[in-house]
Amino acid sequence: MACDRWIEKLDAYLDGELPASEARALSEHLRGCSACAAESLSRLQQKRTVQTAGQRFTPDPAFRVRIQESIAARPSARRSWFRLPVLATAMALVVVITLFFALNRSRRSEQQLVSELADLHVATLASSNPVDVVSSDRHTVKPWFAGRIPFTFNLPELQDSPFVLVGAKVSYLNQAPGAELIFRVRQHQISVFIFQERAVGNLQTRDSVQTALSFNVRSWSLNGLRYFVIGDASAQDLDKLSDLMKAAG
Amino acid sequence: MPHFDRLYNFACWLTHDRQEAEDLVQETYAKALKGFSSFQPGTNFRAWIYRILRNAFLTSRTGLQATATVPLDLDGEAEALPTAKETPESILLQRSDLQLVQKAMEQLPVAYREVLLLCEVEEMSYQEISATLSIPIGTVMSRLSRARQALRVAVREKQGSQPKA
Repeated sequence: MACDRWIEKLDAYLDGELPASEARALSEHLRGCSACAAESLSRLQQKRTVQTAGQRFTPDPAFRVRIQESIAARPSARRSWFRLPVLATAMALVVVITLFFALNRSRRSEQQLVSELADLHVATLASSNPVDVVSSDRHTVKPWFAGRIPFTFNLPELQDSPFVLVGAKVSYLNQAPGAELIFRVRQHQISVFIFQERAVGNLQTRDSVQTALSFNVRSWSLNGLRYFVIGDASAQDLDKLSDLMKAAG
Repeated sequence: MPHFDRLYNFACWLTHDRQEAEDLVQETYAKALKGFSSFQPGTNFRAWIYRILRNAFLTSRTGLQATATVPLDLDGEAEALPTAKETPESILLQRSDLQLVQKAMEQLPVAYREVLLLCEVEEMSYQEISATLSIPIGTVMSRLSRARQALRVAVREKQGSQPKA
């Protein structure tokens, strides 16, 4: 049965370990197959349950103190001049651990965010109705958003640039509405997402340049809004469009 | 010691004993400190420190006992899963079931328990799990799949034996 082939990949899919193309194919299948969708939901629930059930034991505060002391006290058995470098190493170790986990956590949530945006971008490209307002006129597109999203933004003048505004639609990130603008440059489509900072969370607060699923991504914050530019166009094109958007602010 | 809490949680799950878990964590920090020079910058630090803890556990008395009684075919081909019969209700998220799931997890063989914890609780990637457990990624995947299946079976058995509320 064809479903068996998908079920085999379900665990890797839910663990976020399936290559992007396969993951897309699988989620496509899940949309059409209720048996696999139910199985997927069941496994996801199991994942969540184990995650909660697994966070079960917390150390005694006294034990923490004891460990800290034992780390600090360890070299005292040796000659006292030896103590300083070991203490320094211990502290360096602690700093490294802290940094590693802080970085890892923020990188992970950042990656999640970017891949979610990449999904939105791909969904727009694949859709038969990619935009809700079809217009290359910024004076049509901007007012269209009034009442549809809880903020407003400015669109750049594109006359002397290679970019064409195709249209726009309302998009959602973390259940908060925002704007998705679709631009074309030569044959490439670029999505510009604008969300309120609080929809993005304080996870990603720095400007960034990165790639996700081989899309180029640019991101910055301006006036409480978070901008994301994503597309398969060249990095230079994305930079140019980003600059135009920033200038329009 | 920012990762202290999680290492301790992991140690408790491995040993089933708070005192032993404390000893294990203490040993891990001591070894990590002593062997810090063996850590290669740029490689995964978390996998490194978890590997230290796990190796310390495996050579402890409890660890030797736990692994000595485990059947060896843990990583064989996973059998065809009885997928279609499983409904979303088979694993419930209710709080009352949490204890039941914990009991079921406790009874899993160590090899299954650790891979589940690393994946679900520590949210490690397959790559990290592979580095922590020193096993190939293919084995990580098959072991995870079998562990999850074993847990499903165990939970269902426990649910079946529970008096209906």
